[in-house]
Amino acid sequence: MPADSPAPLLRTEGLTIRFGGLTALNDVNFAVAPGEIRAIIGPNGAGKSTFFNCVTGVLRPTAGRILFNGEDITGLAPHRISQKAIARSYQITNILPNATTLENVRIAAQSRRHAWSLLSHHRAHRDVLDRALAVLAALGLKGKEDELAANLSHGEQRHLEIGIALATEPRLLCLDEPTAGMSAAETHDTMELVRRISRDLTILIVEHDMQVVMELAQRITVLHYGEILAEGPPAEIQQNPKVLEVYLKT
Amino acid sequence: MAILFDQIVIQTVNGIVTGMILALVASGLTLIFGIMDVVNFAHGELFMLGAYVGTTTLVATGNFWVALLVASVTIALLGAALQVTTLRPLLGRDPLTTILATFGISLVLQNYALWQYGPVARKIQEPFTGHFKLFYLEYPWYRVAIALLSAAIIGALWLFLKYGTYGIWIRATTQDRIMAAAMGIPVPLVHTAVFAIGAGMAAASGVLFGPLVGVNHAMGLDWVLKAFIVVVVGGMGNLGGSVLASIFVSLLEAYASLWVSPAQAVIVSFVVLILTLLFRPTGLFVPTPK
Amino acid sequence: MTSLGNGRAPLIRVDGIHTYYGKSHILHGVSLEVGRGEVVGLLGRNGVGKSTTLKTIMGIVHPTQGEITFEARPIARAAAHRPARLGVGYVPEDRRIFRLLTVMENLRTGLDRPGMTEARRQALLDKVYHYFPVLAERRSQAGGTLSGGEQQMLAIARAMMLEPKIILLDEPTEGLMPRMVAQIREIIDVLHRDGVAILLVEQNVPLTLEASDRVYIMEKGVVRHHAPAAELRLDDAVIHKYLGV
Repeated sequence: MPADSPAPLLRTEGLTIRFGGLTALNDVNFAVAPGEIRAIIGPNGAGKSTFFNCVTGVLRPTAGRILFNGEDITGLAPHRISQKAIARSYQITNILPNATTLENVRIAAQSRRHAWSLLSHHRAHRDVLDRALAVLAALGLKGKEDELAANLSHGEQRHLEIGIALATEPRLLCLDEPTAGMSAAETHDTMELVRRISRDLTILIVEHDMQVVMELAQRITVLHYGEILAEGPPAEIQQNPKVLEVYLKT
Repeated sequence: MAILFDQIVIQTVNGIVTGMILALVASGLTLIFGIMDVVNFAHGELFMLGAYVGTTTLVATGNFWVALLVASVTIALLGAALQVTTLRPLLGRDPLTTILATFGISLVLQNYALWQYGPVARKIQEPFTGHFKLFYLEYPWYRVAIALLSAAIIGALWLFLKYGTYGIWIRATTQDRIMAAAMGIPVPLVHTAVFAIGAGMAAASGVLFGPLVGVNHAMGLDWVLKAFIVVVVGGMGNLGGSVLASIFVSLLEAYASLWVSPAQAVIVSFVVLILTLLFRPTGLFVPTPK
Repeated sequence: MTSLGNGRAPLIRVDGIHTYYGKSHILHGVSLEVGRGEVVGLLGRNGVGKSTTLKTIMGIVHPTQGEITFEARPIARAAAHRPARLGVGYVPEDRRIFRLLTVMENLRTGLDRPGMTEARRQALLDKVYHYFPVLAERRSQAGGTLSGGEQQMLAIARAMMLEPKIILLDEPTEGLMPRMVAQIREIIDVLHRDGVAILLVEQNVPLTLEASDRVYIMEKGVVRHHAPAAELRLDDAVIHKYLGV
């Protein structure tokens, strides 16, 4: 990274994870600056989901460190990672289908504040409600607060998924294939959404849709067989011969 | 001490006999679960109805072996009909629905038996009497015959699965029903056939065991509970495992009845179940997956 | 443009299919055709729906809209074992070998069909053993003990046992060493010479362009481009647009 850039929000040093004989991530030295939108791409099995799983505490690395805001978070349990303000959306939606849209988001927002207050009524926490409503507005789901989450369209559900992550007031948001299974129109809406929320956030996004990647990302990290193959702005990555070789096997 | 040794040998023989019948019941159960993920709560009722059909056929023909055959085939057909009408439409749904369905079937069959045959227990005569001297006991040959017959039936099943023309269809469908269909195997038909085989085996056990206890509409309950325990201990879907587990649990119970009453000896099987679930939940005789 | 343009009825025609996994709308109206004896490639980045297209043809998932015909017979909503019975072979992405069956038993799942005389069975077996000698060596071994490459060979041989009119190949070269990739390439040629049609889903672009007569390129659940392979080999711009970064 350039010498005059701000200290990275998230950094990994020699991040390695092995499953028996398989090395899923090999000595990965990754860094993302605050406020950046970074896309992580790579062929099947390159280690993208594994990388997310390490950063969000789902997997424990075999070697190496993960530093968030200068603090070592290697091997912390997922709920602790969430407390440190890293949030993640998943490929398979994790929304509560039998709760309303508002409830889904409010529950997430509540986990950040007043999580332990047993005696006060949840409606007394005006700040949590305000936060939830603000998130719904950002998601473009205003007017659907009382809709059961199960009745939302697929695209709206994926957005709600992002909203739940957003409601926990993260500083780093990890999006795992947010446009998978979406039509071109829904993909476009999702890109708009990510742009809207990116102002105060650092975003890591794993994607296969190159149009999304090229238009949204400020920088791209290309993973291949668990290692970083290339890193740089979209224009550079598009011309990078090593990357082309991996994608087109030419 | 000499007496204790005799008792142990006798209980070993008893344990193996009971174990083989249990194995016959449990094999059908584990086969059904392994191939279509159905927990067949009606299995004990198929056992019970088999015994009843056995009694009526025996009365009509006077021949035990004909009764055994007719009961097995009749209940196999009943099983096929039940599977096609109530279970086939539920394939792929939440497992809870099939549990409810088979539980419902068991209630229907129990009450049908009560209505059809009345509350008085019936008896099946053994096909041959005759004892041999086992220490101080006159041990009935029939009990030994049951064990051998059960072993023969299970053995025949195993041979069919391993070498028979359609045995491969059953084994392939059990392992991967989607790929089996992609190879042209008619999966719904295979499911029905396996359910029928399981039902037939339960019915055969009912007839074989009939002479040892009375035939009544509730006789299935004890057996199905034990059979479930044995299926879990042996590894669900694991045929060899359920046979070994049947003998293992029955032997333990038989030995336990040397010291406590048989009613209390039943606790042994539950203890084995709990230990299995705690330490080797995939089955005692199944290598733990890594 | 999806029609073959030569007046012959296609072997398989996929017409406007929409397939969902739960709520996820994966295929947004896919249409394509494969003619008798043709090798047709299906390219596209990860997640665009190539595998789902094959699974829909094979009856593993049912489309909510659209139709699929095999020799003009509709198969889109048929029972799961119909396509195989009619002559569609399937080699899935994860191979899906019956792990507890031996190599021979795996082959028998396709070999044990009505109308198979002993002579025909032996001829088929000899053929696959000729092209995959390692399978002959390991015929009594359990499928699960084979290496990845050997399992891939077995998956293809198993599909060949059905004597299919078309084989759907889903990323057959993924994860294989170059030597085995060459073997796959060879078997595609052998099948082609025998008049078996192939619908080849692949990430390996050069191999696909070399082996195929025509190629479809998918993006986000629809077919976006269709051209003869010879044309695509020279069209770097299209390749980069849909397959590159």
